[in-house]
Amino acid sequence: MNRQTQDYPALFLRELSVVYHGRLALEQATLALDGPALVAIVGPNGAGKSTLLKAALGLIPYTGQVRVLGQPIDAVRSRIGYIPQRGSVDWDFPVSVLDVALMGTYGRLGWFRRPGRSEYHLARECLRRVGLEELENRQIGQLSGGQQQRVFLARALAQQADLYFIDEPMAGVDAATEATLFEVLQELRDQGKTLFVVHHDLRSVPEHFDQVILLNRRVLAVGPVATTFTADRLQEAYGGRVLALHEGMLTP
Amino acid sequence: MIPYNTMVVLGGVALLGAAAGPIGALAVLRRRALVGDALAHASLPGLCVAFWLVGERFLPALLLGALVSGLLGVGVLAWLAKATRIKEDAALGVVLSVFFGLGVVLVGILQKRPGNKAGLDTFLFGKAAGLQWLDLLFLAGLALVGLTLVVALFKEFQTLGFDRDFAAAQGWPVARLDLLLLALIAVLVVVGLPAVGVVLVAALLITPAATARLWTQRLHRLLLLSAIVGALTGAGGAWLSSMIPHAPTGAVIVLVGAAFFLLSAALRGASWR
Repeated sequence: MNRQTQDYPALFLRELSVVYHGRLALEQATLALDGPALVAIVGPNGAGKSTLLKAALGLIPYTGQVRVLGQPIDAVRSRIGYIPQRGSVDWDFPVSVLDVALMGTYGRLGWFRRPGRSEYHLARECLRRVGLEELENRQIGQLSGGQQQRVFLARALAQQADLYFIDEPMAGVDAATEATLFEVLQELRDQGKTLFVVHHDLRSVPEHFDQVILLNRRVLAVGPVATTFTADRLQEAYGGRVLALHEGMLTP
Repeated sequence: MIPYNTMVVLGGVALLGAAAGPIGALAVLRRRALVGDALAHASLPGLCVAFWLVGERFLPALLLGALVSGLLGVGVLAWLAKATRIKEDAALGVVLSVFFGLGVVLVGILQKRPGNKAGLDTFLFGKAAGLQWLDLLFLAGLALVGLTLVVALFKEFQTLGFDRDFAAAQGWPVARLDLLLLALIAVLVVVGLPAVGVVLVAALLITPAATARLWTQRLHRLLLLSAIVGALTGAGGAWLSSMIPHAPTGAVIVLVGAAFFLLSAALRGASWR
């Protein structure tokens, strides 16, 4: 993908609704966001943040319309990267760190084909980028939470996608990992990619993100952090508590 | 010196074990191990009905019947777990025992018929020595197909097992891959019925995988190792059972498999996890 402004939004949702375990997890979500951008998706627990990612990826049933990079998701899957929540994976599974990074190349390989030298090279390159080249032979479950999240990021890098959906990458990771993750995410943004990141730590939003989606089952606000990430809007999303916690960090 | 006929049987059962090992390993990793057991037990009524319809011990027909009722059992299992308040383990217990009970009754009825030489009761605990050349060729062919699919779809099954959502996000048909794995389990269970029997065939899928899991943390090695252990278990069990009069093959195979497991556990000691 080129770096010029596209004539379609990176992500477009119209009246997206999802019923999950018998309750309305997402209600008539409508938004259009242009890339390249580093986009934080924030909102209280149960606001439908992960649900929004999964619906956009077509992993769960929904009603409404989704366009990713201007097209239905199935038409652009090879250009989409995904990092699921760390808890959704079987960490006892017999795979090494390198095996997992390599999975990022599988989407392009197609059925039956094995990864070759260039795929291994790319996977190792991506592991080096997140500082895990020394650990490539470790079983994935032997890593710390932060290291596991870095492996996920390496796998996402190996996908060489134009648009990423990333579910809570900073949950339970150490400070060094968080710094590396943000660094790589911003680098990807600077390369012209768009990244949607479900994020919990409100304090770090203004510093690291360009755009924000405020969610509480409905889309409360979408736009640049400077104008959207305001006290009023956050109060609407979270109720009164958040203000006391984060006073002074928000755009007035 | 092992007689030629026995050699052929051993070869057939070894190939069966070599296919059951890796497919069982994938089943265990996807938490489908007990589904294989339910499927095996549920296959007995269909096997009997097929025999009653065909009127002779024509293996492909019997196994087709077994496959149909085995899959029916798994279907009922899935329906019970989804549509009722019963959880999967209880549903599994219900399906397994009801289908198996029906099968045992049918075996009893059909065995009593005059002039009967079916030997349906050998399907309970297996009898490798009774297998004919053509039977073995048929079984080995199916086992080879299963093995080939596992090798060909290695990276797909690896990704599916580790991170299903990621696989789905790439646009892979994860539901169909899961179904294919279930089909592979079903075929291997059914193919194992004559030699290992309804009651114990699931052990041929699970035990080599469990043994191999103690030795490695990489999927390709796990599959290779479980194939080797599976082949040794199958052939070793079939050979030993031919030496011990009246010992059903399935039972001896399970004991050989257990011996491999215990030996591995002892050797691996503290590094189990």
